[in-house]
Amino acid sequence: MNILVCITHVPDTTSKINFIDNNTTFDKNGVQFIIGPYDDYALARAVELKEQGGGKITVLNVGEADTEPTIRKALAIGADEAIRVNAFPSDSLFVANQIASVAKEGNYDLILMGRESIDFNGGQVHGMVGEMLNMPSLSPVMHLDIEGNTAKVAREIEGGKEMLEVALPFVAGCQEPIAEWKIPNMRGIMSARSKPLNVIEPVSDEKATAVKEYALPPAKGAVKMIDADNVSELVDLLKNEAKVI
Amino acid sequence: MSILVFVETDEQKVRKSSVEAVSYAAAMNAGEVTAITFGEIEASELTALGKGGAGKVLHVGDARLNDGNIQAYASGIAGAMNANGYDTLVLAKSSLGDAVAARVAIKTNASLASNVASLPDTSNGFVVKRSIYTGKAFADVELKGDKRILAIKKNAVEIKEDGADAAVEAFAADIPDSDFGVKKLSEEKATGDVLLPEADVVVSGGRGLKGPEHWGMIEDLAKSLGAATGCSKPVSDIGWRPHHEHVGQTGVKVSPTLYVAIGISGAIQHLAGVNSSKYIVVVNKDAEAPFFKAADYGIVGDAFEVIPKLTEALKGAN
Repeated sequence: MNILVCITHVPDTTSKINFIDNNTTFDKNGVQFIIGPYDDYALARAVELKEQGGGKITVLNVGEADTEPTIRKALAIGADEAIRVNAFPSDSLFVANQIASVAKEGNYDLILMGRESIDFNGGQVHGMVGEMLNMPSLSPVMHLDIEGNTAKVAREIEGGKEMLEVALPFVAGCQEPIAEWKIPNMRGIMSARSKPLNVIEPVSDEKATAVKEYALPPAKGAVKMIDADNVSELVDLLKNEAKVI
Repeated sequence: MSILVFVETDEQKVRKSSVEAVSYAAAMNAGEVTAITFGEIEASELTALGKGGAGKVLHVGDARLNDGNIQAYASGIAGAMNANGYDTLVLAKSSLGDAVAARVAIKTNASLASNVASLPDTSNGFVVKRSIYTGKAFADVELKGDKRILAIKKNAVEIKEDGADAAVEAFAADIPDSDFGVKKLSEEKATGDVLLPEADVVVSGGRGLKGPEHWGMIEDLAKSLGAATGCSKPVSDIGWRPHHEHVGQTGVKVSPTLYVAIGISGAIQHLAGVNSSKYIVVVNKDAEAPFFKAADYGIVGDAFEVIPKLTEALKGAN
């Protein structure tokens, strides 16, 4: 089984979000970057599938040189080799073109990634890659089991899930509970240093979107505290102040 | 501009979020709005799309399309866009909508914005505001090119209900057999009346409830508010509640008018799933719970005492 796992390099979920340069640039100052949490699930499941049936895991990131510690972490978790497409991932179409190009050359049985990145929350790349490669694309995938050339997949639908059967190869956007996140052990961290990380240049510069400006939501007003013995006051506020009931 | 709206159905009924998408398209005020929908569906549901502002409905009534087939829907929508010259596709952001939109974008060479939270500004190009960083920020995004797809954030649009009945046309979409490679084996769905991702009011419980046997209290409160029920990640991780009720960073993101959190401390990962709520009520026995900082109304108290009283008071208020 030859698996491609695409990962994003995103701010830690606890990061405070700020923008600089007249709200045109994300402020990286003091921000810890991690493997996208959904991508981390995809990677964890790939490692489990490799443990069960053997094979090779290639991890792919579209990003500038500062993403390499994140890529090395993926290698420490269990990927065998890595590819970095040397470009800032500013647009879904741009990223999908890079992934499709790598996928065409690599002859992968399975292309996994997170359901969405937690910075831009687009949730588009897996579908675009599937269409570009003329393969099924399934997302959000909650369970994935492989038997021979066939996969059984649980996909989230609104308010539940559907069980699907699909032939390899295909593209999946993953989410929990597909696998438990894996923490790299010392042996993984040591071996990651010597695993191959190939840097390639982007194949296309086409972009369909551009961010003009970022903004933060308006600040929340102070909380109104209500005495636990006086819940009718809350009902009154919801009815007459917030007007939501 | 010529607008097509992809309408999702469930059990032969149109989804609320799709009515929002139709209302959004009508509010763009940029020409006739046509809806497209797939599979078997009640005829009255199709004409009722006119209320939201659709003049016409294209119905691809193939029974093979009852199951939310991503590739086949994408082929049908792209086919309609090419045949009838629609340059704008609007749909609800959902687990199906995102998957379909991405494939249509490639098929039709359209630019795509997801999680759209405002009407477009066309004074200089085509710019929409979208929610990013899991609700912690917004971006004004320019969509390049002459075709575009907008996936609308749930509960971001007021539903329009004053339109006349829509004209329904059968549409013969050219869908290749290769689009049917994914086989549906079965489906499991929540049985509640109100669907969590679309709900206008959500009541969620956390570890403060001490066990799944106490969820009746949450359900009673939800019933008195006409709300859907959710839970925190620890609660779904330990199996008290199913994963599709988990609200948060890696679970369902909700954007209701009112979010009520019971016994949830308010970890930043949970807040990421609820920060688009208009009003937040927090009940927690720990006055230091970080959730109070994100709340509009707070009660410090024992959930087991406060919630039954609140449910009673709400029943009296209605």
